[in-house]
Amino acid sequence: SRAGGDGKPEKFQPPPKPVIIDKQKQRAERRFLSPEFIPPRGRTDPLKYYMERKDMIQRRKVFNIPEFYVGHVLAVTTADPYANNKTNRFVGICIQRGGKGLGATFVLRNVIEDQGVEICYELYSPRIQAIEVLKLEKRLDDNLMYLRDALPEYSTFDVNMKPVSRLDHEEVPVNKLQVRMKPKPWSKRWERPKFNIKGIKFELPESKMKEAQKWSQPWLEFDMLREYDTSKIEEKIWKEVNEELKK
Amino acid sequence: QGLLRRSVSHSFLSSASVTGACRAIQKLTRVRVVDNSALGNTSYHRPPKCIHVYNKTGVGKVGDTILLAIKGEKKKALIVGHKMPGPTMTPRFDSNNVVLIEDNGNPIGTRIKTPIPYILRQKEGQFSKVLAIARNFV
Repeated sequence: SRAGGDGKPEKFQPPPKPVIIDKQKQRAERRFLSPEFIPPRGRTDPLKYYMERKDMIQRRKVFNIPEFYVGHVLAVTTADPYANNKTNRFVGICIQRGGKGLGATFVLRNVIEDQGVEICYELYSPRIQAIEVLKLEKRLDDNLMYLRDALPEYSTFDVNMKPVSRLDHEEVPVNKLQVRMKPKPWSKRWERPKFNIKGIKFELPESKMKEAQKWSQPWLEFDMLREYDTSKIEEKIWKEVNEELKK
Repeated sequence: QGLLRRSVSHSFLSSASVTGACRAIQKLTRVRVVDNSALGNTSYHRPPKCIHVYNKTGVGKVGDTILLAIKGEKKKALIVGHKMPGPTMTPRFDSNNVVLIEDNGNPIGTRIKTPIPYILRQKEGQFSKVLAIARNFV
């Protein structure tokens, strides 16, 4: 109610109309197929991948593996016979997702008490009891191994972090953070074009950046023998996986 | 784009065994002492180095004892973490960590701040005192 307004009655403002968001429709529109379902390029019998997919779907029915990308902060609880309470909880940023099929792995990194720790977990291991996504954000690259040579503040995440709530089931936000590195030497020469890293703020002199471009291989993207178009394979596998999961 | 590993061709004509760079602890590796003992924390012009690994192979992993040369003295130590990736679900540290130990297995320091892998609890009998002074576990 307005204090000190004019004596005339205000025009009645109807409340805004509620917007009905059909969540099921939205979820169907946003497709995410976990990268370990896509079979690698090779001459192995597709029956092997079909059998692995069946086992993967079985596991997913029992245990919920959330959708996550490289750059998300996850908390994983595993069963450990040597830990008190027999469970072991680790929080970290996902720096790499590797492997295909049942051996799919992801590496979580965190800095605890000034010591960098990385643990490689197997997605479909029965020892994993829970995976929670604490922070959803994609990064500019899909391999954050350079965080090992970056300043430790970029890899520290609070162990008791509360999960950041996400309101809309829409695009995963991309964090365009440019990370500052420790002084050289690094474990790998990240400025070289073969790594194609966009998430580092290179503070190297121009001459060094030019010298790194000497190792560029611009013919690689036009190499026809290296082409692997996964769009049709993904469509098929997406339909198959969805049907199985609904049963 | 996984962990960069050198591949070996499995044809019988070219049987070349390729060992990757050993990032576990062996002779002459510089090591980081992690407890709060005086010997480990005072600075010296040479970093502490491993001179022997008490193992059948000369490569030390988590839970192995090694002989360390610190400040001109020889001291035994227990490996609590190394840079080499181990089995999945085990932690990999960014530095080779070590805890100074006496011959009977008693630690010299009184506190260990850096995280220690839970797998060390397997050797509870030998290193129970080291585990007792550890604060964080991973």
